[in-house]
Amino acid sequence: MNATWIDRALPGARGLSSRPLRSGLLLAVWVGLWALAIFRIDRILATPASGAPDHWIALLALVGSIVGLARFAPSRPEGDPGAPLETSGQWGLAWRTFRRHRTAMLGLWLVAGLALVALLTPYIAPFDPALQGDDIVATRFQPPSFEHPMGTDRFGRDVFSRVLYGGRVSLGIGGLAVAIAVTLGSLVGAVSGYLRGWVDALSMRTVDLLLSFPRLVLLITIVALVQPSVLIITLVLGLTGWMGTSRLVRGEVLSLREREFVQAAKALGFGAPRILLRHILPNVASPIIVAATLGIGNTILVEASLSFLGLGVPPPAPSWGLMVAAGKDVMLDAPWIALFPGLAIVVTVMSFNLVGDGLRDALDPRSTTGLAP
Amino acid sequence: MTGQPLLRVRDLAVHFASETARVARAVDGVSFELHAGETLALVGESGCGKSLTALSLVRLVDEPPARTTTGSSIQLHGEELVGAEPARLRRIRGGEVGFVFQEPMTSLNPVHRVGRQIEEAILAHDSVPRATATARTLDLLSRVGLPEPDTAARAYPHELSGGMRQRALIAMAISCGPSVLVADEPTTALDVTVQAQILDLLASLRDETGMALLLISHDLAVVANVADRVAVMYGGRIVETGPARRVLTTPAHPYTEGLLRAVPTIDDPRGPLAVIPGRVPSPTDWPSGCRFHPRCPYAWDRCAGEEPPLDGGLRCWLASEPDRRGSTGYALVTR
Ligand SMILES: Nc1ncnc2c1ncn2[C@@H]1O[C@H](COP(=O)(O)OP(=O)(O)OP(=O)(O)O)[C@@H](O)[C@H]1O
Ligand SMILES: [Mg+2]
Repeated sequence: MNATWIDRALPGARGLSSRPLRSGLLLAVWVGLWALAIFRIDRILATPASGAPDHWIALLALVGSIVGLARFAPSRPEGDPGAPLETSGQWGLAWRTFRRHRTAMLGLWLVAGLALVALLTPYIAPFDPALQGDDIVATRFQPPSFEHPMGTDRFGRDVFSRVLYGGRVSLGIGGLAVAIAVTLGSLVGAVSGYLRGWVDALSMRTVDLLLSFPRLVLLITIVALVQPSVLIITLVLGLTGWMGTSRLVRGEVLSLREREFVQAAKALGFGAPRILLRHILPNVASPIIVAATLGIGNTILVEASLSFLGLGVPPPAPSWGLMVAAGKDVMLDAPWIALFPGLAIVVTVMSFNLVGDGLRDALDPRSTTGLAP
Repeated sequence: MTGQPLLRVRDLAVHFASETARVARAVDGVSFELHAGETLALVGESGCGKSLTALSLVRLVDEPPARTTTGSSIQLHGEELVGAEPARLRRIRGGEVGFVFQEPMTSLNPVHRVGRQIEEAILAHDSVPRATATARTLDLLSRVGLPEPDTAARAYPHELSGGMRQRALIAMAISCGPSVLVADEPTTALDVTVQAQILDLLASLRDETGMALLLISHDLAVVANVADRVAVMYGGRIVETGPARRVLTTPAHPYTEGLLRAVPTIDDPRGPLAVIPGRVPSPTDWPSGCRFHPRCPYAWDRCAGEEPPLDGGLRCWLASEPDRRGSTGYALVTR
């Protein structure tokens, strides 16, 4: 084949196809993205007209991932034993360990795939998730078919599309809630551990208090008081999930603040905020990242449980928990209604847990090279 | 030495009070002066308060638990540092007084590249563009004798050897041109060959820049090579001070004598060594009278009753009754 011709038409395509499995997968994804762009050109062109931010995000994700894959995927040296100095920092070393971890890499691929699918949902989903069949009696409870790969529900809505849109909701809530929780937890923990004294006593007693409520009961109470919406659920999950992180960070900071490099930083005249944010917190990044990754899976699970109980995302919105709840009554006659969203929950939570476990191994100072004291 | 001293420490006392234990008088009335371009060595056994003295110079000891007693005075260029504004102290730390610590392996932040850490120190004190700071960093790294400054700057701390890290830390400590450099056991964690190089480096930087060097060590060989003056600490106090050559050849205080005779000499490497009996007492209960008397081979009843003053560079009653020396002496062990 004429190499220059391919290079000109599809920059990076040769690099994508030049190496085995990983590149093959990347190529498949890349071709899939192009196919999406071509087959859904009508929806893509309609994006500016629809004006919905969802669609703009999808457009950005589509263009970004096509360009990004072509440009960056092929340039990575694969399994280069004499890796250059650039990768020798904390993250480079961790990545080398992580890459050897098969299940963690599987998790990473799944998470990346789920994230991509969630971002591109408006272009992928064959139907509007709220669209009911014209003749409900005829279109409802249809088993999986070519037109409806996951069947239809009691209102004749396409389960596949709803699972896709539900993934957006779940991942969005999970990611955002954990971002809130981790930021808040890290700040509280870092300040407590660094300042000690009454600040520490006050915040840690607060944490003890909050942790002594069962989280689900706390959530149910709050949600019963306010009208739940996606935003409210996100906030509530975020604001009830920071205590673990704050304890973790506080413990790390307590020990880090006694380390010589902190003493050295003080001797250079650095102020407390700089020492805390630039010198201590980066050293806690690893446990925070692990906790956050595992936290996303857990939060998605909690959100699904809340929705299942009818206390989460309010009904017309496609939420996996709600869909499972709706499907449980017809479990024997139309198992696909509960099965597919249930599977989606399992796969998503498992992927995040796999990545989290892999990160824990890769970032654990005791298991890697001499970064530890 | 003549002229105004750079640093004048008067009656510095740092105590640790706690509800459970008695007050630990870890540093208890230390006075010394430091002039530009000179090296003062602070020597003494572990736990006698050397590091604490050094750290309290720029108020780096957390208060509480520590407490600097009233009457303590630390003057840098005539400016009182005890009770100074925190913001002023931060400018002095790193800017006027640089520190080199004992542990090069852990005194650099493991997550940042070495060059970035030095740049940060420069930028924290001087408002210069980042490019200038980068250039200065490379210059500093070559001045401290790192053969490939670019590589060292891009390296993470764990990629450098102990000696290289200590050089990088020295570069960081002098990055803002301090007038006093405090080196707290800078060579203790290093190989013997590297130790000598680091000491040479410190001495030549001192001569180049005219800064004063406060060198803390328990290794008398280290001190003998670099120091102009020596202050021997015991029990939170200075017990003998004077020109390095004099103190290290004809020690006047029994403690100094014991320290010196506990080290093998080149002339007679297999000769008998002195043993100072017992160990440093806890700072919560210093002995009455002279703090060294329970371990002193010459001690008599006066030593237990009354503490001698630091007079003419010596804190010992032998100063007034020199005949008492020689009657006994340190027990010797032959090897
Ligand atoms: N936070 C503290 N609380 C109570 N006592 C303390 C505290 N910090 C230091 N000390 C005491 O101060 C004394 C002097 O400590 P310092 O570190 O200055 O000794 P040093 O002479 O530097 O010894 P080394 O050679 O081991 O470094 C020690 O006996 C120690 O017990
Ligand atoms: Mg010390």
